[in-house]
This record gives sequence, C-alpha cells and structure tokens, in this order.
Amino acid sequence: MTDTAATPAKSGIRISGAFHRLLAFSGLIALVVVFSLASPNFMQTQNVLAILQATSVNGVLAIAATLVIITGGIDLSVGTLMTFCAVITGVVLTFLGLPLPLGIVASILAGTACGLVSGTIIAKLKVPPFIATLGMMLILKGLSLVISGTRPIYFNDTPGFTQIAQGSIVGAIIPALPIPNGVMILFGVALLAAFVLSKTALGRYTFALGSNEEAVRLSGVNVDRWKIAVYAVAGSICGVAGLLIASRLNSAQPALGQGYELDAIAAVVIGGTSLSGGRGTVLGTLIGALIISVLANGLRILSVAQEWQTVVTGSIIILAVYADILRRRTL
Amino acid sequence: MPINQPTAVSSSADAVSIPLVDMAGIDKSFPGVRALSQARFELKAGEVHALMGENGAGKSTLMKILSGVYSRDAGEVRLNGQKVEITSPRQAQDMGIGIIHQELALMRDLTAAQNIFIGREPRRFGLLDEGALNRDAQAIFDSMNLRLSPTVLVESLTIAKQQMVEIAKALSYKSRVLIMDEPTAALNDAEIAELFTIINRLKAEGVGVVYISHKMDEIKRISDRVTVMRDGEYVGTVPAADTPIETIISMMVGRTLSNEVLDIPNTAANPVALEVRGLNRGRDIRDVSFAVRKGEILGLAGLMGAGRTEVARAIFGADPRDSGEIWVNGQRVGISSPKDAVRAGIGYLSEDRKHFGLATGLDVRNNIALASLGRFTGPGGVINDGAMHAVAEKYIRQLSIKTPSDTQEARLLSGGNQQKVVIAKWLLRDCDILIFDEPTRGIDVGAKAEIYKLLNALAEQGRAIIVISSELPEILRLSHCIAVMCEGRLTGTLPGGSSQEEIMRLATMREAAMEVRHAG
Repeated sequence: MTDTAATPAKSGIRISGAFHRLLAFSGLIALVVVFSLASPNFMQTQNVLAILQATSVNGVLAIAATLVIITGGIDLSVGTLMTFCAVITGVVLTFLGLPLPLGIVASILAGTACGLVSGTIIAKLKVPPFIATLGMMLILKGLSLVISGTRPIYFNDTPGFTQIAQGSIVGAIIPALPIPNGVMILFGVALLAAFVLSKTALGRYTFALGSNEEAVRLSGVNVDRWKIAVYAVAGSICGVAGLLIASRLNSAQPALGQGYELDAIAAVVIGGTSLSGGRGTVLGTLIGALIISVLANGLRILSVAQEWQTVVTGSIIILAVYADILRRRTL
Repeated sequence: MPINQPTAVSSSADAVSIPLVDMAGIDKSFPGVRALSQARFELKAGEVHALMGENGAGKSTLMKILSGVYSRDAGEVRLNGQKVEITSPRQAQDMGIGIIHQELALMRDLTAAQNIFIGREPRRFGLLDEGALNRDAQAIFDSMNLRLSPTVLVESLTIAKQQMVEIAKALSYKSRVLIMDEPTAALNDAEIAELFTIINRLKAEGVGVVYISHKMDEIKRISDRVTVMRDGEYVGTVPAADTPIETIISMMVGRTLSNEVLDIPNTAANPVALEVRGLNRGRDIRDVSFAVRKGEILGLAGLMGAGRTEVARAIFGADPRDSGEIWVNGQRVGISSPKDAVRAGIGYLSEDRKHFGLATGLDVRNNIALASLGRFTGPGGVINDGAMHAVAEKYIRQLSIKTPSDTQEARLLSGGNQQKVVIAKWLLRDCDILIFDEPTRGIDVGAKAEIYKLLNALAEQGRAIIVISSELPEILRLSHCIAVMCEGRLTGTLPGGSSQEEIMRLATMREAAMEVRHAG
C-alpha cells in the first residue's frame, strides 16, 4: 500500500467543491466590478435584467446538462433538442391551432420523449453517451428542419406567447422590479433541480452512478432505469428551454440550436461540476452561466468586438478545470 | 427460502446437522477457460472458514457464484438445506449473503450512510429522509462499536474505515453469510485486530464467515477450518489450528515447498551500485541516505506511512524531491523523471501494478516490450513484431508466466503472472538496479516462492535489488541487508538474518525520530 495513501482525512476534497464554487463566484464578482468601473451603464437595472434574461436559456440548458454530467455522462443534444421542442410547440400552436397550455405541455413532453430515447440508447444499447447524444443532436437538427419545412414557425396567432419569457409577473406586482418571466423560470428550474438532486432518490442515484456505477449495480439497484430517468428529466428541462427561446424570438427557428450545447457545458464546467461525474451543484452551474453572460454583456458595453467573446470563454473553461486539477493535487 | 431469520447459534466445534451453505458439483466456464470443475464448499453457522488457493484456483469465482454475481453452469447451492437459485447480487443480499469485494464497491462521492442504504433509502412522503438514513447508519456503527460518522464522505476515509463501511452495509442486510475477499491487504496491524474483533463478534452471533486470504498467519489466527482449491477443483478441507502450514501449502501447490534457509552471501566487498545521499521531500522523506551494492538485496522495511514507497518513487524520478543526490556506479546522476532513471539503469516495480505497472488493455507481448520499444523499432519507426514476439516468448518461458499466448490481454492474467510480466519488462530493459515495491502482494504462496527465486537469481547476476515489503518474514527471507524507515526517516540498518523484533523496534522508533526533528 502506498505509505501515505492509506492515511486518513483527505478532508480537503470535501471543501474543494465549495471552494471551486467560491472561486467561480469571486470570478463573477470580479468581472462585475471590473465592468462596473469600466462603464457606468453596466450596473443599471435595465442592463442587469438584460444579463439575467440573456442567461435564462443557456442557464436552463446548463442545468439539464449538469444532471447528465453528474452521472458521468454527457449530453451534446441539449441545443438541438431545445430547438426541436420549440418546433413541436410551433406545430401544436400554429399549425394545429391548439390552445397555449397544450403547446407548453407538448414542448416538455417532446423533450422528455427524446431524453428517454437518448437514455435508452445509452443504458440498453451501451452506446457511449458522447456518441449517442452526438447522433441525437444531428437527428433532432434534421427533424426540426423537416417538420418545420426549413422555415421559421411564427407565434403571431398565439397572443400571450411572448409573455412566457418576456412578460413580467413580478413586474405586475412590484412595478419597480420588472423581472422577466424567463428569469423567474430559470430560477424555478434551478430550485427544482437542486431539490431533486438533494432530496429525491433520482438525485441520489444521479450522484451514485457518477461516483461508481458498478458499485450501484452490485447493490442491486436497477442502473438502467435510473440512467434513462436522468436523461429523460434532462430532456424535459430542454423542453422548458425550448419554450423560453421560442417565446423570446416569438418564433421557432429550426436552424438554431447547434452550438448552444457548448455554452451549456462550459457553464457546467466553469461552475465546478466535474466531467468525470459524482459531484456537482446547480448553484455552481448558475454562477458559470452568469459568468458567460456577464462577459458577453460587459465586452459588448466596452465595445470589444464580439468575436473575442468565445476566445475569453474558451480560456476561462481551461482555467477553471486547471484550477480544479491544481487544488486536487495539493490535497 | 431466505436465511436471514435468526438461526440457532452453534459453536464451530459441534457439527450442526444442516450447514448454512452447501455448494456441490459446481461447474463454471468462461470463453476458453474452465474456471470451476465439480467445486464444492460447505459453511457452518458461527464458523470462520478460510478459502485458500493459488491465484486462478477459482476461489473468487466460486464466491461470486454464491453472491449472485455469476451464474453457475452446473451443480447446486443449498442454504440451510434448501436448494436455491441465486440470480442476482440483490437477491443474494436479500437471502442474507453479503460479500465484501477485494476492490471495495463503494461510491466515493457519497457519505457512509448513503452508501450503506443505497437502493433502500428511508423515505418520508416520497422524499429521501436523510435524518432517518443517518440514524439507521449510526445504529449499525454503534452495534459494531465503530467510531464513525454517518455523514463522512467515503473518499476521505482510510481503506480500513472504508472496509468497515462495507461490513456495516453487509450487516444492514442482516447477512448470515459474510464473504470477505482479501480483507486485510491494505490494513495495518491495529486495523487487522479491530477487524478480527468484529469477525469474532459475528461468529458469536452465528454468522458464517468465508475468509479468502493468502496470509497464512492470519488464517491460523482467525479461522476454524480451511478449504483449499487448486485449478478450479476442490482439494480438501482441514481444521485450521491442527494442520501444519506445510500441509496446507502442499495442498495448494500440489507439492511440498521446502523452507529454504537463506544463504546470505557476503556482499560487503562489492562495488556500490546505487547511493542515495540526503534525500528530502517535505515531511514524507527526511534526510534519507543509504547505499546498495552490486549483487545485494536490500530490504526496505517499515510500517505503513514510513515513506518507503515515497523514497523509491523519488529515486526513480516519479515524484519530485526537495534535495538529495543520487549516485549510480560511483557517478552522480541527475534524475528528474523516470526517463532519466531508466537511462541510468534503474527500474521500479510499483506496488499497484494495475495502475502503475501494467498497461492492462495491452497484451503480454506489448507490456514486456513497453520500456524497450526503441529496440524493436526499425527504420521509419516501424515496429518489428516478430522480434517482439520472440523476446516475449523467451521471458514467458524463463519466468514461467502462465498465459495461453503472448497475445493474451494482460488484465486477464492472474496477479502473480501479471507481476512476472512487469518483471520481464524491466529485465528486458537490462536494469542494473531494480526496486521492487511489495512484489508479492496479492500473490499466492506458489508464485511467491518463484518470485523469491527470481530475485535471488537477479542478485546473483550482479544486479542491485531493493525490496520494499510490509511482510517481515518476506524481508527476512530475501534480504542480505535491511534498512528500516519510520515516519520518513531511516532509523537504522541491520544485517540480513536479524530478528523481527529488531526490525520492529527500528520501525517504531518514533521517539528517536521525533528527537532528531526537534533538534534539527
């Protein structure tokens, strides 16, 4: 036995998750401070709300990705699945003229169904998550174009549709705080996801699978069933994202979506969730998503060319994971 | 019928009419390999029954059948006299059969309590009841007299404590049969004593314990009967206390191994092959200096945490060091990576072969060639497979590596043969200085003797050998010279043939180590 490996209390690791979130949070604060100093327009209520609204779609997608990544898997289809759900909503509301609540349900059901398919391919056919969701990503992209006839589907016939993301229920009650519904939905999804992770069997198995899938299997738990469930839940969250983006654009844009998964996964990683699974938090993901939006917004206000955004985001991802590796090495 | 209803407690001495477990006529084959042939095993309530055999004898396979991981091809299994079909690990658990695998099956990111009750978490209104979970786990720990917090993350626990969590998990299923596979491989003496206390308590409660181990002294200490298997077949069952070790060994290997008395050559006049001066690294290595001569086997002894592996890795360049010089054959060498060490003629066999010694996905041939690929690379970087094959075959013969061919995947070999593959790799590299870290860990008695012979042969060829071992008999068996470490310091050197007590004294000489620390 390595002489020191058996010795106790790598208690540092217990701190590292919280420490990484602290690091990410301080990074966020630092960015906010820097941009506030650089421009007086940054901290204005309107801009802050704009940042939050811009975070809502990516944040919801990132939460979906968080669940899957904690199990040790990955979901590259979150972006095009979101678009697919938006297109389905378009079919239900615009093509079929059905009432708004049905459209909402359809989006979430479509997301859940596709999640079930991904999960089944991964759990039963044993196709690695990367490949399975890569395939799904392309399939859904194609289906979105096919179903919509390669043209955007508009929601002009459904009054109130834009209210889902752009309206403000809070603003109606407290005029001084016109927080868009999209933001409230983001926080709602975040709270729900955090609750599921900590208080339900599904959440427990999400961590357990990512930590040691074989141990879970040997403990007599139906690994396949729970894996499929996680992907299904992630899918339904993508359905919510579909509603959000369709509502923001007042249309379902079938060519959209591919590329969103990278920002989602970036948010997850920056927030401290490990790609190897077993640990992670919704809060961390939210902070990660905010960092990305704050960066985009701040750079724009400073009139920095938009192209630099991805350069910065990519660098932050590398730094975030490196910081985690450094910390683990010193423990 | 499940057996986790209280059975009458019986002492192992009086035969109970119906055994707890009775396996008979068990056959099991995997593609190309006959793992078990008419194997049998019988366990009484309240006994500790050791299961012994060389690697590949079939012990783990037989127990995996009992615990529901594998299905059997033929034969029958009876629990308390009733014939049963065990089709899954969960079913075995529900029937009262618990197994603690050699590689612990724990989820490291979860807490102890969460691990114990995975799949059966207490609920309140459909949601997880963490409070009840922790309370239930605490109750089990209390019944084991175990000081452990239910909310501690498993990854922050020592291996010994992790094992306790596994035992607690088995107990939470009200197991009446507990199978323990090499339970003490990573435990120190104090932890082994704690484990034995718990095992004895289980015995008193009527639990039947299957104890798979290679450690003869432990088996004599803890078990009532010993069953020996060989090549997938049942050899015999003997009482543990009365049967001499040589008999058990001969049952395992099919021949009697003579207890060779080590003839210690006088190497004092040989030139120094490796000299370490003033090696330091933080608190792990404190001012360590020693020398090994050509043709000499230096045993590096000490308790766990003494820093022996750290020293070896520092010499080999696998870990950085704060200060210290390494001299090879009278010349100072700069070693900052294993590449430098290998070029200087130093080879290192790490104690964890699966992770550090073997490329488990590669075949035997490529593993042997791994440190010497340059030798087989022709112009244009093309590898000469034929030459590699010839060399691999040579070492397979020379070291008696049991493998169907040199294209067999390394991970399919038994532990002892895997070790031989790693040794072949370094022999091919023609290292003059070899450091063996726990070379016989997890290896059965027969293969151990072969490796001892090999080490002696290597020394006779003029190589310098350092052997790190936590088994004192092994150190005494092998070493021409013994260096003892304690808490990062070299506390003394002894001639070969010293007593275990002398070594232990130096290995526990913390006061002296502490005095020096304060003075310095």
